[in-house]
Amino acid sequence: MSSIPHDHAAPHDAAHEHAHHPTGIMRWITTTNHKDIGTLYLWFSFTMFLVGGVMALTIRAELFQPGMQIVEPEFFNSLTTMHGLIMIFGAIMPAAVGFANWNIPMMIGAPDMAFARMNNWSFWLLPPAAFLLVLTFFMPGGAPGSGWTMYAPLSVQQGMGMDLTIFAIHIMGASSIMGSINIITTILNLRAPGMTLMKLPLFCWTWLITAYLLIAVMPVLAGSVTMLLTDRHFGTTFFNAAGGGDPVLFQHIFWFFGHPEVYILILPAFGIISQIIPTFSRKPLFGYASMVYAVAAIAILSFIVWAHHMFTTGLPTAGLLFYMYATMLIAVPTGVKVFNWVATMWKGSISFETPFLFALGFLFLFTLGGFTGLVLAIMPVDIHLQDTYYVVAHFHYVMVAGSLFAFFGGTYYWIPKYTGTMYNERLGKWHFWLSFITFNITFFPMHFVGLAGMPRRIPDYAQQFADWNAIESIGAFGFGLSQLIFLYAVLKCIRHDGEKAPAKPWDGAQTLEWTLPSPAPYHTFETPPEVK
Amino acid sequence: MNDRGRTLDVTEACSIYPTASRLRALVGLAKRTAMSATVALLCALPQLALAQTQQGPTAPSSLAPSSLPVPSSMPYNLQDPVTPVAREMYALHNYIMWICVAIFIGVFGVMGWALYKHRRSVGHQAAHFHENTVVEVVWTVIPFLILLFMAWPATKTVLQMKDTSNPDLTIKITGYQWKWNYDYLHDGFSFYSTLTTPLAQRENREPKGPNYLLEVDNPMVVPQNAKVRLLITANDVIHSWWIPAFGVKQDAIPGFVRDSWFKAEKVGVYRGQCAELCGKEHGFMPIVVEVKSPEDYKSWAAQQKQKNATAGEDVNKQWDPGQLATMGEKVYMSNCAACHQANGQGVPGAFPALAGDKVVNGPPADQIHTVLNGRPGTAMPSWKQLSDTDIAAVIDYTRSAWGNKGEPVQPKDIKAARGS
Repeated sequence: MSSIPHDHAAPHDAAHEHAHHPTGIMRWITTTNHKDIGTLYLWFSFTMFLVGGVMALTIRAELFQPGMQIVEPEFFNSLTTMHGLIMIFGAIMPAAVGFANWNIPMMIGAPDMAFARMNNWSFWLLPPAAFLLVLTFFMPGGAPGSGWTMYAPLSVQQGMGMDLTIFAIHIMGASSIMGSINIITTILNLRAPGMTLMKLPLFCWTWLITAYLLIAVMPVLAGSVTMLLTDRHFGTTFFNAAGGGDPVLFQHIFWFFGHPEVYILILPAFGIISQIIPTFSRKPLFGYASMVYAVAAIAILSFIVWAHHMFTTGLPTAGLLFYMYATMLIAVPTGVKVFNWVATMWKGSISFETPFLFALGFLFLFTLGGFTGLVLAIMPVDIHLQDTYYVVAHFHYVMVAGSLFAFFGGTYYWIPKYTGTMYNERLGKWHFWLSFITFNITFFPMHFVGLAGMPRRIPDYAQQFADWNAIESIGAFGFGLSQLIFLYAVLKCIRHDGEKAPAKPWDGAQTLEWTLPSPAPYHTFETPPEVK
Repeated sequence: MNDRGRTLDVTEACSIYPTASRLRALVGLAKRTAMSATVALLCALPQLALAQTQQGPTAPSSLAPSSLPVPSSMPYNLQDPVTPVAREMYALHNYIMWICVAIFIGVFGVMGWALYKHRRSVGHQAAHFHENTVVEVVWTVIPFLILLFMAWPATKTVLQMKDTSNPDLTIKITGYQWKWNYDYLHDGFSFYSTLTTPLAQRENREPKGPNYLLEVDNPMVVPQNAKVRLLITANDVIHSWWIPAFGVKQDAIPGFVRDSWFKAEKVGVYRGQCAELCGKEHGFMPIVVEVKSPEDYKSWAAQQKQKNATAGEDVNKQWDPGQLATMGEKVYMSNCAACHQANGQGVPGAFPALAGDKVVNGPPADQIHTVLNGRPGTAMPSWKQLSDTDIAAVIDYTRSAWGNKGEPVQPKDIKAARGS
């Protein structure tokens, strides 16, 4: 683990009693330091990414050819379910929180998060939850095979793995809610003098809005899985028509959480991209105010579109039309953001270091994913595409080529600040190009097989889908292996095997963290800076 | 400007390695080899994948040959539409997709231009502008107008899709784990439709047929050019009834009935799959619809009515147990083998073995009860939808196969056990 140097040059007065922090494992268990906690979140998320990735590769190995070769159908359903849960709740969300922890205090000139001890608890809830999720594979009945969306009544039928999963979801929800309270309070209360809200870096704005989304919808998820738990064990019939309930009720409650959730997954990534593009274009972000309003518009709209996940359930006509129109509307603020990013680059002075390559990959591929989202929003077309590989392609484009690429870009961008060592540019470029190419080999053909009629969540398929599936599987293994380059590059920085990083390795960078030394001292901005 | 006066130069980073130039040459060679290998592999793959599957002549089938063109091995678009609604959906998708492609090319053309012309390495100096309200308004309003142009035809199609009035024919469809039931409400007959692809093909012991995973014993049959209204429900969990060529996909929700409709314009066989995860055999409960000419449909329907009448069979008939067991083997293979396996060995920890099982070898009442009612809290569903004869047959089969020696049963025993 990295040793972040303690800055002895900072003044200590007698009133500011500073107990020496523990070393070794106790340091990590008891830390209340936002940089340590950020590191914990980032390592946890990368580990879960690899675990979820192994599940994905097993899925793709089974789907390499028609016929059942490697796993049984029930286990295949467990793999698709847990791959989704682990990637969403174990990889993407914690990575976003990791960046929030590391960057927000430094970007606003604060010494730490508002609730430093609750910050520790927010993190340490996650490893036990992840343990529970993985443990379900070893329970009688195996891990849940209901899909990450856990629709009733199938989820009511599942074995006890489903109960452990519900418990894990409660724990992770609590972690997210506490983290969000922390982030909102920090951003609203601990900004350095002179940093008005409209001077906040976009990364902080996107996290501020994401935190409100989390507080609004995680309790709804908790409600839906609790109703599932009581239907399973305590005789309620929320989702059982025989008792007066309705299976579709689960879908409404789940997706009321689920749709804002996907914006929770992407908004922090938008924030990272909004930091990287101006830096490497050496030009301020175009349309700062519009960018803030666009994120707010996306967040508000995200609450009124959930039933576009339910177009085939038999909603009444008025409902279908409303949800179609509302969903299409989200394209407007999202488009505004894409145009503003391009306008930032326009007439800039552009260089192509690895963080910027990932930002370009994000822009290109996330936009492609956004367009397939628009296609899916058109209800008559969605009838063809709902529950097919077209949807799988869409969400992998926005979540992998979207969020994950933004997180990779953010890592390369900030790792000089975190570790004091520049990453190896050649490794970074290899990682980018291999990831970009293999990602597209894996996921682009999924549009084709989805259009052609291949359903999702099936372990075996009809002959006409065989060729594309074989290509997708090859791409998937390539993508998985490429991530080892990233691991290697990060480890090199942590072990200080590379060029020493200056305080501001990126001459176009403007935000407060770049005024600090690299690596950033353990405690920073104990005296707030003046922001003009 | 940063502390070092310029951004990091890649060759400098590499200069800490003594054999930088040799390494670069090796890396270049490796890159080229990797690229040609990948291309070769990608080209070889379709052949490899195809070689695994038998593309031999179609097995003789009672179904009419598909009127769709032979599916391409690399399909990339929606299936050919054979109903007016599907045609509209196809056209709508094309329209939306090409608009998106045009916008995509426009936006990334501009970005590509900026990346090319406004590079630091060609000496371009950064401008300082960072906002423009007019431009923001323009690129908010124009996309909004484009959306209106998309929403208008889409709305018309939605209204058409939801109009199930005045059907010529109504069929109730029920999704089960893991088969479909078609009930021709006004004609008074119904039947189950189950996957017929043999386990041997799924387990790679036999070459795969051309309609692998898309073939059933009893397809749904409808007349050409009739407006068919579908009343769709489910027996256990949510399923979804989907035929791409018709543009119909409707979730089958237990305890509720949802309707949909189609009007097939071309005679032929159309195939689809269950489109909502419903358990382990979700990928193995396809849908096949045969569209017949109106005369052919009439004679088929008359046949079905007659079959149904005689199948109010004499349940008191005393069957020869061996004969029942032989019939029962077919019932077992299409309903039970997926979990209990063709060899009766089950899957340890998940599905009990029937070979040597004490219930199968013990008094019949327990096994009859289990087959009729399932085992709540486990994966064993109820099979009460099967006929008394079929249940007696499958029980007799299990009781005489794999070394089992259980006392055989008769259809009237099953009938007596129902409702108890």
